[in-house]
Amino acid sequence: MNNLNFETIFQSKIDEETKIEPKDWMPEAYRKTLIRQISQHAHSEIVGMLPEGNWITRAPSLRRKLILLAKVQDEAGHGLYLYSAAETLGADRDDLVQQLLTGKAKYSSIFNYPTLNWADIGAIGWLVDGAAIMNQVMLTRTSYGPYARAMVRICKEESFHQRQGYEIMIAMAKGSPEQKAMAQDSLNRWWWPSLMMFGPNDSDSTHSDQALKWKIKRKSNDELRQQFVDVTVPQAEYLGLTVPDPDLRWNEERGHYDFGEINWDEFWSVVKGNGPCNRQRLQARVKAYEDGAWVRDAATAYAEKKEQRKLAPEATAKAA
Amino acid sequence: MKNTWPLWEVFIRSKSGLSHKHVGSLHAADAEMALENARDLYTRRNEGISIWVVESKHITASDPDDSDPLFDPAKDKIYRHPTFYNVPDEVTHM
Ligand SMILES: [Fe+2]
Ligand SMILES: [Fe+2]
Repeated sequence: MNNLNFETIFQSKIDEETKIEPKDWMPEAYRKTLIRQISQHAHSEIVGMLPEGNWITRAPSLRRKLILLAKVQDEAGHGLYLYSAAETLGADRDDLVQQLLTGKAKYSSIFNYPTLNWADIGAIGWLVDGAAIMNQVMLTRTSYGPYARAMVRICKEESFHQRQGYEIMIAMAKGSPEQKAMAQDSLNRWWWPSLMMFGPNDSDSTHSDQALKWKIKRKSNDELRQQFVDVTVPQAEYLGLTVPDPDLRWNEERGHYDFGEINWDEFWSVVKGNGPCNRQRLQARVKAYEDGAWVRDAATAYAEKKEQRKLAPEATAKAA
Repeated sequence: MKNTWPLWEVFIRSKSGLSHKHVGSLHAADAEMALENARDLYTRRNEGISIWVVESKHITASDPDDSDPLFDPAKDKIYRHPTFYNVPDEVTHM
């Protein structure tokens, strides 16, 4: 069979909703696209721990601290599920990590914004995890089996993330005037970057068509963004907070909210590395990797020693 | 230096009476560490009561391109299924 036949069979499997599994034939471009997307997704989970990790030691109560620790630990787990999904496509874990550390690979730009105060922890859970959920729920139906399964696991864990964030927002928005002002300030700063998380407008998105045809994605950037705005605006209203968009209004005819134009110059400038925290985030990852080197080496040495003992128990017993 | 920790496949029994089921993979220096990492990674919410870890290189998988000849012999043996047989309506408990 030639590649053309393989490709026809591949596409027809996708069309009839049969999942593609690791050892199945797939076009090289499908494999490459997935490795890029899944590893970027993994990097985002890992870098995403940094803005929130910033507040673990300063959480306002033990309850909040335990919750935030558990949430950040989940994000580490999400990163690991995704790296292992990428490895089923033949990617090498260490190569992927190196691509992140050398700045070659991208991760979600939202994590290049700073967490200035505790209200930001609420806003991140509510808006950033909320936006991520929109995308990830769609991806539970993606065409590549291991990616879809990782997403099912992740989505089960995400809803706690969003709820704990919203609970913080409620506590602050219904608290003292100072607390409410902090909550509003935080919404003001996180709203637009959260909308940018869905990526460029469909008209400017380069990879979109093919990703939809292969059912890697099942909804376009703009569809997901609209869905996010529609569910989030009433949640902001409940909090008594104002979404920082003068053009935001319900459109009876469309049955959706209309909203203002995103500042794409800002988006691209953060993507290109000029956001408020790009350098800091990468430095933190590189430092964690380098500081952890001795732990990795020690574990390898210990595993080798145990293996030796298993092979020659008497010799090592005598030597000891 | 390259991370040389091998890849392990993780299988979890979610409760007594059910089989272990593949949940994903992880890297670890040895079997003991693989079990501990699997505990932290795949059972943070009581998802399991028992874990198996197997180094991925020890798994032999069938080739999907050969799946037709591999599974073909079972395809035409419809007489292995109860629905192949006609049982008269008057006969019950069968
Ligand atoms: Fe996550
Ligand atoms: Fe999350």
